[in-house]
Amino acid sequence: MASLYERLGGAAAIDAAVDIFYRKMLADDRVSHFFDNTDMDKQIAKQKGFLTLAFGGPNNYTGKDMREGHRHLVAKGLNDTHVDIVIEHLGATLKELGVADSDIAEIAAIANSVRDDVLDR
Amino acid sequence: MSGTVRFEGQNYPLNDGETVLDTLLRNGQPIAFSCRSGLCQSCLLQAVDGELPEAAQTGLKPTYRAQGLFLACQCRPAGTLCVRTPENAGIDTKAEIVELSRLNATVLKVRLRPSQTFSCRPGQYLTLLAPGPIARSYSIANDPEMEREIELHVRLLPAGKMSHWLEHQAVPGTQVTVRGPAGSCFYTGDDNRQWPIVLAGTGTGLAPLYGILQDALSNNHRGPIQILHGALRESDLYLQSELTQLAAEHDNLTYSTCVLQSADGAPDASGDIQERVLTVLKSMANDVRLYLCGAPEMVNPLKTRAFLAGVASRNIHADPFLPSVASGN
Repeated sequence: MASLYERLGGAAAIDAAVDIFYRKMLADDRVSHFFDNTDMDKQIAKQKGFLTLAFGGPNNYTGKDMREGHRHLVAKGLNDTHVDIVIEHLGATLKELGVADSDIAEIAAIANSVRDDVLDR
Repeated sequence: MSGTVRFEGQNYPLNDGETVLDTLLRNGQPIAFSCRSGLCQSCLLQAVDGELPEAAQTGLKPTYRAQGLFLACQCRPAGTLCVRTPENAGIDTKAEIVELSRLNATVLKVRLRPSQTFSCRPGQYLTLLAPGPIARSYSIANDPEMEREIELHVRLLPAGKMSHWLEHQAVPGTQVTVRGPAGSCFYTGDDNRQWPIVLAGTGTGLAPLYGILQDALSNNHRGPIQILHGALRESDLYLQSELTQLAAEHDNLTYSTCVLQSADGAPDASGDIQERVLTVLKSMANDVRLYLCGAPEMVNPLKTRAFLAGVASRNIHADPFLPSVASGN
């Protein structure tokens, strides 16, 4: 049985998903302000890291990275609602790419598992 | 705990928050620098002993890294770092100024003849080093390997050290040093060459775009190419006749200008280059490659807007021109 990451298509799937996903985030007024003054290329690289993590692929993220990387956003009001929105856009992106509902649920669960780290609690 | 930098036999302890560049400048050492953002490579130094932090070499070529070259403006060593200026590391090329002429009232064309082959892609940038030392980054507006000369477009700034030096002291025959190239804003071709290209820039952002355009044309690019030059006033434009001529010679090339103020100073909304580019993009196939160069106030928002309009992130090449930053400590 192939892993979730392999089933999705590995690095090529990440490349296909990242633009769709990041575009949804930037176009959503509820979360787009968190990306003001960020460098788009660096953000795309970070989003690829996040998607690799969510797809169960090889990644170097640690809970400490997640906490430190988002602490300045928590100070700006990042909360559970925003994490829900991220997971919502992630699901919609995968749906567009034709990923099976059961896989989407598995990916959402992995993304949800870093919620407390992201929100620094 | 801050480290210490050892330079020309002296130890200089770093103050809290300082970089190696900050510390050496504070102690009166003549280190060249410009952007202070880790991009222009003006402040390259070479480590001969001690441990380099990873951040000090981010973005450098593997050959530079292997020689211990690092960015002084990004370097905060933990221990003692022994450094020297990299004069003999093979990163600099001597060049002779062969032409200084005006492209318009505020833009100087500078042509340099390097003493040896200067390998680069049109659209990349180099750092020009003049006595002082003064270091500034400029984009490469031609194909130096083909022409054996490097063409730069230099905006003349009232308080600009390099532009003042070029305008008042340099003459044809004056020797300078060039370092680089760097940057990833250039034409990449493959067997296909059918995709649309949009080149948009303000001011001397035209320099890299002109280089990229000539590169695409000499590679027989077959897809449609649009070049848009934005300026505040008509008099800020340059190379109009060259670009008009190129557009007449190539069916797939369109040249347009976006001028924000009419001759009498009245604002002209149709001259907004961002809106014009977004309109052009609507008529282009979705594999369009977009090159944006010039003022960060134009480049950065347009990059995001083009991405939101559907241009793939990997197909957007942006080169926001960073101002040089005065010693701020």
